[in-house]
This record gives sequence, structure tokens and C-alpha cells, in this order.
Amino acid sequence: MKHFKIALMGASLFALAACGGPEESRDVSGFDREYQNTLMNALLDAQPGDVIEIPAGEFIFERGLSLTVDDVTLRGAGMDETILSFAEQRQGAEGLLVSGVEGFTLENLAFEDTVGDSVKISDSTDVVIRDVRVEWTNGPSTDNGAYGLYPVQSTNVLIEGAVAIGASDAGIYVGQSENVIVRNSRAEYNVAGIEIENCNNADVYGNVATNNTGGILIFNMPNLPRPGAGTRVFDNDVFENNTGNFGHAGTPVASVPAGSGILINSNDDVEIFNNRLRDNRTAHVIISSLYTSGYEDLGVTEDFDPYPETIYIHDNQYEGGGGNPDGLELQALRVALFGPTGRLPGVLWDGYMDEDKMVDGALPDDLRLCVTDAEVLNADAPNGFSSPQLADAALFDCTHEPRPAVELDL
Amino acid sequence: MIRSLIASLFVSALLCACAQEAPPEPPQPTFIAEGRPVSLSDWGQLGVGGGELVLGDSVTPYQLATGLFTDYAQKLRTVWIPAEAGPAGYDPEGAFDFPVGTVITKTFYYPRAAGGPGYVARVDGDGMAHFDERRLDLEAVRLVETRVLVRREAGWEALPYIWNAEQTDATLARAGGFVDMILVSEAGEEALGYVVPNVNQCAGCHETDTTDGLGVRPIGPRARHMNTDFEYFDGVANQIDHWSEQGLLADAPAAEAAPRNVAWRGELPLAGEALDRAARAYLDINCSHCHSRTGPADTSGLYLEAHEPTGPHLGVCKLPIAAGRGTGNRRYDIVPGASEDSIFTYRLASVEADVMMPELGRALQHDEGVALIAAWIDAMSGGCG
Repeated sequence: MKHFKIALMGASLFALAACGGPEESRDVSGFDREYQNTLMNALLDAQPGDVIEIPAGEFIFERGLSLTVDDVTLRGAGMDETILSFAEQRQGAEGLLVSGVEGFTLENLAFEDTVGDSVKISDSTDVVIRDVRVEWTNGPSTDNGAYGLYPVQSTNVLIEGAVAIGASDAGIYVGQSENVIVRNSRAEYNVAGIEIENCNNADVYGNVATNNTGGILIFNMPNLPRPGAGTRVFDNDVFENNTGNFGHAGTPVASVPAGSGILINSNDDVEIFNNRLRDNRTAHVIISSLYTSGYEDLGVTEDFDPYPETIYIHDNQYEGGGGNPDGLELQALRVALFGPTGRLPGVLWDGYMDEDKMVDGALPDDLRLCVTDAEVLNADAPNGFSSPQLADAALFDCTHEPRPAVELDL
Repeated sequence: MIRSLIASLFVSALLCACAQEAPPEPPQPTFIAEGRPVSLSDWGQLGVGGGELVLGDSVTPYQLATGLFTDYAQKLRTVWIPAEAGPAGYDPEGAFDFPVGTVITKTFYYPRAAGGPGYVARVDGDGMAHFDERRLDLEAVRLVETRVLVRREAGWEALPYIWNAEQTDATLARAGGFVDMILVSEAGEEALGYVVPNVNQCAGCHETDTTDGLGVRPIGPRARHMNTDFEYFDGVANQIDHWSEQGLLADAPAAEAAPRNVAWRGELPLAGEALDRAARAYLDINCSHCHSRTGPADTSGLYLEAHEPTGPHLGVCKLPIAAGRGTGNRRYDIVPGASEDSIFTYRLASVEADVMMPELGRALQHDEGVALIAAWIDAMSGGCG
């Protein structure tokens, strides 16, 4: 039954074959080529407190931009008016790299067609990204850069009103960070629409995630300096995330099945509620441990907790979906359990629980997986996927205290 | 390559015979406490005249055991500490603790090749071709850029200077730039779009600890990189011993008691412990300024300092995190025994901006370096999963 596992969590091979050819990138032949040096020097010469205004226009950048000065605002005239194109980028692994700053605001502009990550912000505090578009204009393609908006190892991060399109990993990715809000943004045609990875205390709400391979991912990965826990995902529209997986083999998201709405992997203390989930063809919500992520084999440090725990899924709206899951084995399972026209239920769970924490055959109340708004399919991964079945509703019939809201003073 | 070197030597010999100007007096080095001097000559660390680049008075050249690859550039490194500032403090692991006033320079240059001003010769190894005693023969080499690291009151500052076409001085270029050349080797000619980093990119490598708030600092002057012999104008000596004798370094142990990376200058093939030591020295100097437990790439969980034990954090059977296209569809950083399946060799061999490692500092593949790491991985036993 090993193949079932590969189909469940390792759909990339199927998906790559199904992925159509990319479209043409935006024609940049008429773009301004002089302004790039002006902006690069402005970033180098910036003083704390500066507001750098970029006028409306379409500008070519041949090198990655970088900023290391505290408390700078970089502001355009609108995400469709001020366009920074990196289609001819010769150097730099990002479009913009901001590192080690206290205070940074990026707003009202677009980054297009960077060769690697679009906007990376590392090791910083008090970061605001507002009304920014990051896009690969050729549409989904494995040749696109990995991350769109990419704050990492940062504290107090607000992303709002953003648009991320075409990333070959995650459109909006916040990693190894504390106190994070991603709201009122749109992620489309990425492998992962919005991904919160190894973060502590994150809120994801009011977003639209559609046409991604997976809509919203809440992950905890091993071998990183910071583990994460504590995320709320609510009031999001997560629909038709059915784009074939075009991630790079070897990356964590390459194993996400097409048609995943919200995916929790190895993360604890996650509350998912009031979301509107529609027509995600594999499952609206997937709860999985590291053991079915394709990352279970080797190289995990001993202090890593691979089990998702204290999960609370309630009051979401589910519509359609689950009727055409990614991978032949999941399709066979669907037909076997639910008939030729049947659907997988709203929540798909790999079936792993930490045996060492069990008391009388069950997880302690504070660690349970609580799902009160949908049926759960237990894939039975711990037993080699030998008898997948609808889980006993009593197993998931529980509640947790609502997580507190993330408070940011930005 | 040999032919082009001979050609370049021949050309230089002819030109030298015509030069009338006397060799210049060594300039007097200066510590400039504030501001950004527009000309490299303002610093007095290096002077030009009579067809030569000469070191300033009491400026000390040095080299690293195994050097960082930068598109086959040769590198002339110097350090100068004002007499009143006192010696640098020894550190067995990190960069030496240089006093305020210290000026470090690194000049990137190539031997000239026949074909015209833009033609330069490829020489392997992070060497110092045409450096003789305290001078560099400018008829034989083309200077590209000189990077200055100055220790000021508030910390280190990095300032890149690009040499003019006449090779008389270098001008501050905080935004960096491209220098297009033709690199000539026995395999033929290849275009080299040499990239001079901007000052923020300097920090991308030189801010080796993002947790202590101290900003940029030197990378090379660490005990393990410095613990190697240098051919001074008055004889060969170990650099740590020499610096201690000259009053540049305080409280250092004798060289044999200090950490030491092997000096690898492109020698292949290697086997056994020699291969392991060369590979670890190569990864250390080329990667660990970011890939350490405190460096900018600690986000990846891949740590490549010389003292890291083998295991997932060294890349062995480690899954990538944020590599994106950089995986090359390979699953692990290192698959023991299978360099062709390892992400390490894929990224080291790439010249694509979002794939290549290191991310900065090269536009070409380092053939010998890739071969070294491939051999090192292939010599490992095991496999993954």
C-alpha cells in the first residue's frame, strides 16, 4: 500500500504531467531601464524614517534590490500603476531582500517575474506589506521563483491587501516568525496559496485562496531553528484550489495533492473556523503528520514533534469538493467507500496520533483533534492504509478554548 | 591555459621594457573615521605608479588557506592597523577582534590575456598571480575591484571600489556594477559578466552573525583560514606566527596549536582524509559565512562551518526547506555515494541567479570546486532512506 501513501501526499508526479504549458510573460520591451540605479542608490542611502516614493511607471531591474536600514517605507503609486519587472534580472536571488531591520513598510506596488523569490524579509521586526502584488506573469510554471512574499525569522508581521500569483512554492509564505497576520489578501495559481510555516501566533483571515494546488497551509517542518505552533485560519474563501502541483520535487509543497483547501501538517494549536470552502477536488481540510508528508524517513532531530495536536475545526461552510481527488489510489478509495459519484468528506486525516501521549487509548483532552462541522476520513496511514474509513464521529466530537487574536501595534 | 599565460607574460615583458617611470614610493595608509572617500587612493593602502600596484607603508598582505571562489579572480588581501591602535585580539573560531582604525582591502584581479583590454586569463585557485614581494605588475594583470573593510567606532563598514580603465585609481561604487570581460583558458574563451556587489550585498556575506547586532565584519581573518604559510618579501612564515611577531595579533597560540583548515588550491584527485579535509575547508570558506548557526542562512538548518559534525545539519540526507527551483528535483542536500542525486552539486554547478550557491560572488561555475565536492560525496558510504 505504499503507493497509496505516495498518491495521498505525493501527488507531484501526477500533477506535473497534467500541468499545461506556461503562458507568455509580460512584454517589457517598453519598460524604463534608467530608474533602476536611482532606486538602488536610494535604498543604499536611506536613513531611518525615510519614505521612498516610487512613481507610477514600469521599470526594469537587472539586479536584486536590498535594504538594511531601519524604519524605511517603500511606496509606489498602486499595485497596477508602479510595476517593478525583474524579467531581465541577471543577479540576485530575490527581487527585494530586506534583512535585519526594525520597521519596514512596503506598499502600493508590484514585483513581477523575479528569477527567484520576489520579496524576502529576514530577521526583522515590525514589518508591514500592504497592497503589494507579486506575480509571475506567465502563470503557473515550475520555472517560476519559489516564494512571492517571504518574511522569515521576523517578529510582528502584517500582510494585508496583497496579491500573489504564480509562485512555484508559496505565494504568501511566512516562516519561523512570531506574531503574524495575513489578511484580506488574494493568492492564486501558486503551488501553496498562503503558507504559515514554523510560526508562533499567527492569524490568517479575510483572504481569498483559489486556483492554487493547496489553498492555505499550516506547516511545521523539522530541522529548522524555530518550531512553531498557534495559528487561527478564519473567514477565508478557499475554493477551487485544483491547479496541478508544479512545485519542485524535493520541496515540501511538492507533495501537496492538487485540490487541497486547508492543510495542517505537524502543527499544533490550530483553529480553523468560519471559512467558506468550495470545490477543492481532493479535500477541503487535510490534517496530517510528518509521517505522511514524504519527510518521515530521515534526518529529523529528536526534539521535533511530528504530530498535529490541539486542532479545532468548527463552523466552516463546505460545498462540493472531494469528488475528484488527486491520484489514482485516492480515486479508487473514493469509489470504494462512497460509490462512483460519491465524494470524500470535508476533512481527510492521515490517522496518526502520538501513542506515547495516549491515556486509556485516547489523547488527553487538551491535545485532541476536534472537528465539529464535517465528517472525517481516516486514511489509516499507521496501518499501511489498510482500512481507510469514515472516522467515528465521537473521536472528533470535542472543543478547545478559542485561540486569542493576534494583536499587532503597527 | 598555459599558452595564454605565456602570451600574457610575453606581452607584459615587452611593455615593461618600455616603461620609463620609476617605481612609486609606498603611500602612507590612513584611517578615515567618517564618510565615504570617493577614491581608493584616499586610503593610502595601495598605490599606483610606474606600471605597478604597491602596498602602502606597513600594509601587510595575507592569503587564506583555502579561498572563496570568485570567478577565477586572483585576490590581493591586505590588512593595516594604525600603530597606536594596538593588535587585533585572537579568537580561535570567529574573526580576529581588530581595533578601531583597522583597514582591510581585497583587490580582485586577473592576469591579462592576448586579445585586448577585456581579455583576461583563467587561473585556478584563489591565488596571487604576479604578486612579487610588495608589488603587483600592472602590465601583467587587470585590476577589477578593491573592497575596503574599515573598522570604525560604530563598527565595520564595507566600501566597494571599481578600477578605472586606465588602472590608475578605483572609484567608490556603492551600488556595485557589472564588469564584462572575456575569460580565456585552454578550453577557449567565455564571456564573464563579473558582478561587483553593492554595499548591502557586502552585508549579505559579511554579516556572519545576524543575532548579535554588530553588522558586517571580516570573514577571512579567522585562525583556521589564516593558519598557513605566506611568502613574505623576507622569507616564508606562518601568518599567525608572523602577525604575532609583527604586533598585529595578540594572545595567539603558536600556529601549530591553532585551528587549521587545509590549503586547497584546486588539487585533484584526492582521497581519504585529504579529500575530506579539502571538501570541508572548501565548504567552510565558500558557504559558512551564511550557512552557520548564526548566519543569514540559518533559516535553512544547513550548517557548513568546519567544526560541524556530519549529519543532517551538514546536509547528509537533509531535505531542503525553501530551495524552490534550487532542488533541481533532487531530494536531499547530500546523498552519500551519489553526487548526481545531491542538491549540493546541482546548486554549486548552477549559474542561474535563483539556483546557484553561493548566491553572490560568482557568475561562473567553479569546475574544480564542483569536482571536489562531487568526489567527497561519492566517497561517502550509505545512501538515504
